[in-house]
Amino acid sequence: MKVLVAVKRVVDYNVKVRVKADGTGVDTANVKMSMNPFDEIAVEEAVRLKEAGKATEIVVVSVGPTQAQETLRTALAMGADRAILVQSDAETQPLGVAKALKALAEKEQPGLVILGKQAIDDDANQTGQMLAALLGWAQGTFASKVVPAEGTVAVTREIDGGLETVDLKLPAVVTTDLRLNEPRYASLPNIMKAKKKPLETVDAASLGVDLAPRLKTLKVAEPAKRAGGVKVGSVQELVAKLKTEARVI
Amino acid sequence: MTTLVIAEPSAEGVKVPTLTTLGAASKLGGEVHVLVLGQGVGAVADATAQVAGVAKVLTADAAELAHGLAENVAPLVVNLVQAGGYGHVLAPSTTFGKNVAPRVAALLDVAQISDITGVESADTFTRPIYAGNAIATVQSSDPVKVATVRGTAFEAVAATGGSASVEAASGATDSGLSKFVSQEVSKSERPELTSARVIVSGGRGMQSGDNFPLLEALADKLGAAVGASRAAVDAGFVPNDYQVGQTGKIVAPELYIAVGISGAIQHLAGMKDSKVIVAINKDEEAPIFQIADYGLVADLFKAVPELTAEI
Repeated sequence: MKVLVAVKRVVDYNVKVRVKADGTGVDTANVKMSMNPFDEIAVEEAVRLKEAGKATEIVVVSVGPTQAQETLRTALAMGADRAILVQSDAETQPLGVAKALKALAEKEQPGLVILGKQAIDDDANQTGQMLAALLGWAQGTFASKVVPAEGTVAVTREIDGGLETVDLKLPAVVTTDLRLNEPRYASLPNIMKAKKKPLETVDAASLGVDLAPRLKTLKVAEPAKRAGGVKVGSVQELVAKLKTEARVI
Repeated sequence: MTTLVIAEPSAEGVKVPTLTTLGAASKLGGEVHVLVLGQGVGAVADATAQVAGVAKVLTADAAELAHGLAENVAPLVVNLVQAGGYGHVLAPSTTFGKNVAPRVAALLDVAQISDITGVESADTFTRPIYAGNAIATVQSSDPVKVATVRGTAFEAVAATGGSASVEAASGATDSGLSKFVSQEVSKSERPELTSARVIVSGGRGMQSGDNFPLLEALADKLGAAVGASRAAVDAGFVPNDYQVGQTGKIVAPELYIAVGISGAIQHLAGMKDSKVIVAINKDEEAPIFQIADYGLVADLFKAVPELTAEI
């Protein structure tokens, strides 16, 4: 079974983002960029499936600017076999990305597509569901366990009340949650090897899909700041404040 | 334009996320219809018809909808939207809503707007990005606006006072793509995290799941729900459904007591809209103190039992 994994290049999770003064977005100049953490989990899961003999080939794909090649190289160093960059310097949104991924899925014919459940920049949590819809496939979102069988895959999902297990007909789309696995660090020899793995660049226009954003961002602003409070010296003082000042107990 | 709200599936009564989603719907103007789906949902549909501001309740009652599988729910919603001429489709930002709404949007070939926190106009919404460190105002030019609604950002509408008509919606079919196998749902007498008035949360500082009864005792005294940081869930102290944060549950109770939680950005994203925040942590440099209304630098293993006794 071929596995297709989609990854996104995002502002590193350790970076405290700053809203630009003109309100057009957040400042991404000279900011450390990394693979979206949920996508690292997606790559790791694919690699584990291959190590377990359940996946034959891992194709990793990203839709984004030229620099997303670095993100793809990281995935190759983790164990993916080859990479495809759908190059697009314009802003991309989940529906357009899902359409590009659909075009690639139709070409590559994977048995399983794995994506992170959300990217930590736009926090959209949509692309996997949209891809599944466009392909007419089943979706196993927020996965904490993925067990492929003959023609199906059992996916345990993290839901509000606890866990839910569903059986999906293959091919299917899976999106990863935090507890699915702990991604490995790429070793130096593997990083060197990844440089020789094939990385194909495809122009978004050549896929014949409409990547144009549907949502226009009118403004990006700082959230309302929470004023810091006070330190209390004892449990007694805390209880007194909660009773008489905050009046919440 | 009429708005269709997809109700949070419920075994009994109308769920709070449905009421807050209706709070957002009321800001759009226009008539509001609610889709109640599942198996054996008659009583829930009747309860939904009592909710203030609802003009019509559509019920989809079928075995294949029993577990809210997106593959079966989405085509049903799409049929309703196409037949009913809805201008907006809103779902709560629960794991159910987040699973279904993008699938609906893609089938309609429209964008989905995630986790809206404000309605500026019928086509313009605010939503948090970068774990709530920035708020984007976005405008949709699509003919149908599909959005998920962050419950903590909107007032719940009154559960009574309405008298909507109830109509059966047909068209549910089994896609044959997915099958429900099993569910492990945490059973608790305590309130649900997303609707609790008070929440007591534990972090890595709890050291072990065996220490969570300390927080449970305090929670029971306060009638509170118990939550956790991602660090505590990742370490296996408590199950995933306890997690408060950017990718877990978003909460905004009257009182949030953070115990042994350092205050990582992704945790703050899930609770910083709480009315009053208390932090108990032995590390006085912990970032949680920067947003806490009341900070207590103390050993939680001493302070929490003391607090439980004092209240």
